[in-house]
Amino acid sequence: MNIYQNPYNPEKIKAAHKLLAELKYEIKPLVKGYSNQTLYINVGENKIGSKPVDQDMKDKFTGGRGFNMKLLWDAVTENTKWDSPENEIVIAAGPMGGITQYPGTGKSIVCGISPLTGAPVDSNVGGYFGPYLKFSGWDAIELQGIAKKDVIVYINGDEGIIQIFEAPEEDTNSHLIAEQMCDIFAENEMDMKSIATVSAGKGAENSFFGCLNFSFYDRRRKVARLKQAGRGGLGTLFRHKNIKAVVCKFSGMNANNNEVDDLEKIKDVGASYHRELYKEDDKQCDMRHVGTAHLVEIMDDYDLLPTHNYKFGADPRTPKISSVVWREMFTQGIPDGCWYGCTMQCAKCVDGYILQTGPYKGDTVSIDGPEYETAAAFGANMGIFDPHFIVEANFYCDTYGIDTISFGTGMAFIMECYENGIINKEITGGYDLSFGNGEESLHMLHQMARGEGFGKTVGLGIRRLKKLFAEKYGADPKFLQDIGMECKGMEYSEYMTKESLAMQGGYGLALKGAQHDEAWLIFMDMVNNQIPTFEDKAEALHYFPMFRTWFGLQGLCKLPWNDVEPANNAETDDPAKVPAHVANYVDIFNSITGRNIDKHEMILQSERVYNFQRVFNLRMGFGTREHDMIPYRSAGPVTLEEYESRVERYDKQLLEKWNWDPSGKTLEERHQKTREFREDAYQKLCDAVYKRRGWDNNGVPKIEKMKELKMDLPGVLEVLNKYYN
Amino acid sequence: MKVLVWDKSKCIGCGTCEQTCSKTWFKEENRVKSRIQINKTENGFSGNTCIQCGECILVCPVEALTRDSKGIVRLNNKTCVGCLSCVGFCPTSSMFVAPDEPIPFKCIACGICVKTCPTGALSIQDQPDPLEKVFYRRHF
Repeated sequence: MNIYQNPYNPEKIKAAHKLLAELKYEIKPLVKGYSNQTLYINVGENKIGSKPVDQDMKDKFTGGRGFNMKLLWDAVTENTKWDSPENEIVIAAGPMGGITQYPGTGKSIVCGISPLTGAPVDSNVGGYFGPYLKFSGWDAIELQGIAKKDVIVYINGDEGIIQIFEAPEEDTNSHLIAEQMCDIFAENEMDMKSIATVSAGKGAENSFFGCLNFSFYDRRRKVARLKQAGRGGLGTLFRHKNIKAVVCKFSGMNANNNEVDDLEKIKDVGASYHRELYKEDDKQCDMRHVGTAHLVEIMDDYDLLPTHNYKFGADPRTPKISSVVWREMFTQGIPDGCWYGCTMQCAKCVDGYILQTGPYKGDTVSIDGPEYETAAAFGANMGIFDPHFIVEANFYCDTYGIDTISFGTGMAFIMECYENGIINKEITGGYDLSFGNGEESLHMLHQMARGEGFGKTVGLGIRRLKKLFAEKYGADPKFLQDIGMECKGMEYSEYMTKESLAMQGGYGLALKGAQHDEAWLIFMDMVNNQIPTFEDKAEALHYFPMFRTWFGLQGLCKLPWNDVEPANNAETDDPAKVPAHVANYVDIFNSITGRNIDKHEMILQSERVYNFQRVFNLRMGFGTREHDMIPYRSAGPVTLEEYESRVERYDKQLLEKWNWDPSGKTLEERHQKTREFREDAYQKLCDAVYKRRGWDNNGVPKIEKMKELKMDLPGVLEVLNKYYN
Repeated sequence: MKVLVWDKSKCIGCGTCEQTCSKTWFKEENRVKSRIQINKTENGFSGNTCIQCGECILVCPVEALTRDSKGIVRLNNKTCVGCLSCVGFCPTSSMFVAPDEPIPFKCIACGICVKTCPTGALSIQDQPDPLEKVFYRRHF
């Protein structure tokens, strides 16, 4: 358990609650994975209501991210900005969410108009909230409006009561408020696992890349642990609405809360998958002991670990932050799943850590993570190869409600700007923000949470910083565009893409911004050379984004799909797709819902929502080719320093790949020619992908495509007719 | 710690133990629901029953599996959420799952089958106490 030097008083917190609104409702059993209604809450007007879910909504949007996008579309107009009162945070599990028999089935999907991108974003997160919400009777929750004072929304799924409280005394930071909600709403310690909290933190208030923390109570550690809906600034939106927490209580967990159609089939598939994990994980990714952090040294080996703002892909100091270190720091031998029955248990934890800095200095805490992204961002990308810094910064990012990826990539950008003289100590408030400076970086983080100093400026995010540095400090906008690793306004996650054109598309063509959850094609493309032509890459950039969208529709985690594979997977027709696991998902979906889909209908379910979201982007003023363009740092060497660091590779490519003889040419000429070839290749990739997806050459879905998908809804046609006419 | 022990040399595969077990715990004679499973092999029979090693305790997300005062690993049916983690992670595949039963089940060395075995192939025997590793490590 955590040990605080300044303990809080739950009684005092509870006594200060003032009830603003209440709704009592009848709790009905689910029907084959659905509750068939959604919850609407307006914290500005203190309204609580419900909306029905009909068969047409299920057919078109399936659930999860699909439901969220439909509800969000209905809530906003083309003029809605992220801070408009009508903007919403929508949270849903999908129809598969909450089953206990198969790993990775407890995810919540969160959507809203993003403070970073201005367009709809989706973020996938663990913890207990989404399934508990569904078992409490709600397939999704909409949070609209802006509260006058800080509030808490409480959904009591045991008794059928929803309340909005004014909540002045709770802490804002997540590690505290998640525990306070357990203290206030659980009957006793045994009941604390029934409490799931969504919260953000002070950093989310003062930056544009705030994240949401979804809690789950760890009975063995006696800690409310936190998983993050990190991408897109949804924590910022949450705090802008003056919501301190959304809490769901549900204590009736059993083996079939989803009231599925065929539990026997799910039991069969689940038990055999657990067995596969038992036999294979140690030999493959070792997720059960080190989680996603197993990737650190693998990425370094393949020159893919972003180092010093993505200039390089490897560093001799990487062993200091490799999985060997994390295995030792993570507590082993405890179930670490962020949902019941997830034996992949990648939610690793550093326990008994004494904080060295900040407002909680001296407190002893359990820290979730670091996961690969955080270790790579803070370790290699910021050049701070110190596991203790990574853990400390990870804790504070989480509790402050700050996305570790955007913070890490953002700081890496700041550090390169600092080393290039674009900013200096005068601007940073006296801090030397060169690569490798951990102590100064923690100052930035604490400043960000306090909303002061240069730390607050860092929280603007790279897109706004580029504008600021150009306008205020006279920096070259072209150079900033080249090195600022963001697309659509969202900071890149932590993979080097210079040598994988398909992965450049994986980031650039992702609907919400530069996140790798749509496609991760580097090994297929760069290492195994399985998709050599533009058409091959386009096919992969069709199939995988659609397939992976499906996880979000269903309330699933992606990791159990391919972070362990059947022993004979390599012998199958299409190993990259892991056919046996795809079959598992189809079987489970059918067993829950009583439907009879196949793997093709699975892709169609995703295509409907994916194309709807692309049109949604267009409706909000984005969603065209220009918004799919990527910074050159992600496609090739921006500086001569980078070119020289891999000179043999680049020279060889000029000759062999593009038939341009580099001999006798200056470094500048070779560097420039490389850029021309690579930028041209990215445009050709976009052409091929748009064609494959059924979009026009500007990246807009064709009306025929929407008709074919039966997604030619009146609102969709209105947007597309306006564009095509 | 007293555990159920199966003697290969004496077993004739009559299935009496399985019927006794399922009748005792599920009120039906159905070998699929027995907490001891005897299967025919090329060289005779294989017997599968829990050795009370406790590895399953480590993977249970809700602490439904605990070791009782006599050292026997027991499943609390009310706490169990039917995730089947213990089924997949049992080193001896002795945590069983059966149709129409949402949660798994295992041998608790009650000894009733011992009394009905016609050849004396089953016995309750004292075994060394479980290794310390089966209790999760409190590093925090």
